[in-house]
Amino acid sequence: MFLEVNELTVDFHTEDGVVHAVDRLSFQVERGTTLGIVGESGSGKSVTNLAVLGLHNPETAKISGSIAFDGQELIGASRSSMEKLRGDRIAMIFQDPLTSLSPFHTIGAQIAEVYRKHKGVSRSSARDRAIEMLDRVGIPQPKLRVDDYPHQFSGGMRQRAMIAMALVCDPGLLIADEPTTALDVTVQAQILDLLSELQEQSGTAIVLITHDLGVVANTAHNVLVMYAGRAVERGTTHEVLREPRHPYTWGLLGSMPSLRRPVDLPLAPVRGTPPSLIHLPSGCPFHPRCDYLKLLGKEVCAGDRPELSPEHGHGDACYLTLKQKAELRERPVEETK
Amino acid sequence: MLRFLTRRVIGAAVILVIISGVTFFLFFVIPADPARLACGKVCPPETLAQARHNLGLDHPVAVQFVSWLGGIFVGRDYPGLGNCPAPCLGYSFVNRAPVFETIIDRLPVTIALTIGASVIFLTFGVATGIIAALRQGKALDKIASISSLVGASMQIYFVGTLAMYFFVYQAHIFPQPKYIPITEDPVGWFNGLLLPWIVLAIIFTANYTRMTRSTMVENLSEDYVRTARAKGMSGRSVVMRFALRGTLTPIITIFGVDLGQLIGGAIITETTFGLQGIGRLSVRAVDYSDLPTLMATVLVAAGAIVGMNIVVDALYAVIDPRVRLS
Repeated sequence: MFLEVNELTVDFHTEDGVVHAVDRLSFQVERGTTLGIVGESGSGKSVTNLAVLGLHNPETAKISGSIAFDGQELIGASRSSMEKLRGDRIAMIFQDPLTSLSPFHTIGAQIAEVYRKHKGVSRSSARDRAIEMLDRVGIPQPKLRVDDYPHQFSGGMRQRAMIAMALVCDPGLLIADEPTTALDVTVQAQILDLLSELQEQSGTAIVLITHDLGVVANTAHNVLVMYAGRAVERGTTHEVLREPRHPYTWGLLGSMPSLRRPVDLPLAPVRGTPPSLIHLPSGCPFHPRCDYLKLLGKEVCAGDRPELSPEHGHGDACYLTLKQKAELRERPVEETK
Repeated sequence: MLRFLTRRVIGAAVILVIISGVTFFLFFVIPADPARLACGKVCPPETLAQARHNLGLDHPVAVQFVSWLGGIFVGRDYPGLGNCPAPCLGYSFVNRAPVFETIIDRLPVTIALTIGASVIFLTFGVATGIIAALRQGKALDKIASISSLVGASMQIYFVGTLAMYFFVYQAHIFPQPKYIPITEDPVGWFNGLLLPWIVLAIIFTANYTRMTRSTMVENLSEDYVRTARAKGMSGRSVVMRFALRGTLTPIITIFGVDLGQLIGGAIITETTFGLQGIGRLSVRAVDYSDLPTLMATVLVAAGAIVGMNIVVDALYAVIDPRVRLS
């Protein structure tokens, strides 16, 4: 397996208490595939991926478990070996390309810098490479635009430049943290197409973090649904979107506007608010917001924490039986209340 | 850029004329008569009138101001003293010395004091600020914060006097501060100014430490700094090339103001250490109602501040490509 995360736990020690940002999370990504990680804000998606890159402050974040990248263990790896890996074999693109690019350096310099750092090439060949990358991500007139500053680019072009910067060293793994959230819809589609296209060319594995199930549907091969720092459902994109098993996934799908949905049918947002990560509910962290709590009873849901089952393939962390889930899925939420 | 500079320089000239004008007219509001001072203890009315005429005070204030202003550009004739070529700042009421020459004589003292001190406080202030930001909450950060607070609450006449007492008179570590032109004796120049530099720097460093620390802390959590780390830049280059870049703007801003003010005259510093710079000259000019000297020192002070502002604004565009000057 190319990227194998096992029992990853990330805690932050703050003045208010210990924030359990990620709790025993496991997932895998194969070469050339895309894993979509979906969840609300604060569900631990970004924290997980910053942990993969080793970007957490070691003084505040306590990380345990295992992150194996191409056979190499990343947790506890030395700073210099992580620096060598970052940008070269694991790259990341961020949500807001305007703030994520340095306003003080030209686009070309920012791209060339990564290439020079990792490949040790000359200034001029790094610049040529930057121009080549800008061309690859579809920036018109790359020879002229290479000397532009980020503020001279449009939002979509900035994200293309970000992608060029991330892919300049041909990384095996690309982590895209909400890469389209800050962009408008048409540009969003272009960026996602670009990512898929580049993936086909180079076989890069992508971890796509998003709260948008629509993005996942179009680009991801596999999906991991996270809630309160835990995985609540995992499977292929088809499985999770067509036969979602976890009530939280149903909630996410129900709160998504769709053109096919009848106009008079109101959106059904997940009721309540995400739990405090300092004082997590016992058992299933979703139980205080779950519409089906009474089917099982609070003793069950607030008792032991449900594990993701089955261990492989399409799995979810909920005590409802598969039969119950299949029945409930077919019924609108209102009837079960 | 050129258009920006031209426009700013013209604007600055206008500001300087206005400041000079206001100062000039204010001088005549003060109930002090330079003619009487020049006339001496026994002063018959005809001598007083003669003195008034000699000093050029017998014309209306507006006419006097215009001739003063004209003198700067085209020079002017003085009855009994002959022609004063442009740029003419007049002759001192006190010793009849040409003011322009006095300024040229005094300015190097103030500039040497300013530049030496600012090299120290800028280097130390920014360096300690960076270290404090990187060691947030650690012992070093706390030491830097506390000492900068202490430094900021110090006054030059207090620190300076103590330093003079202990380091010059008691321990003899430093020589008596004095100004020796650098062209005459570079070592003597350095030694003579070292103590004033250090004392001045102690007080100014604090500002830079605090400013650098706070903007640095902010910048270290910027997205683009995270990006730099995500692309494998080493910790050092992340700090120096990315985070520090964003802190330059506020540092340059306060540095410009400080530099302008110091060139305008570090009055208390110069007095404490007995250095004959612009600051002491201006105090003397006020004491003796010496209008031409006073006007010249005001012009230098205002010119330094206005000039530094233009430099700072131009530097913004160099530091931050998002700033477009037009």
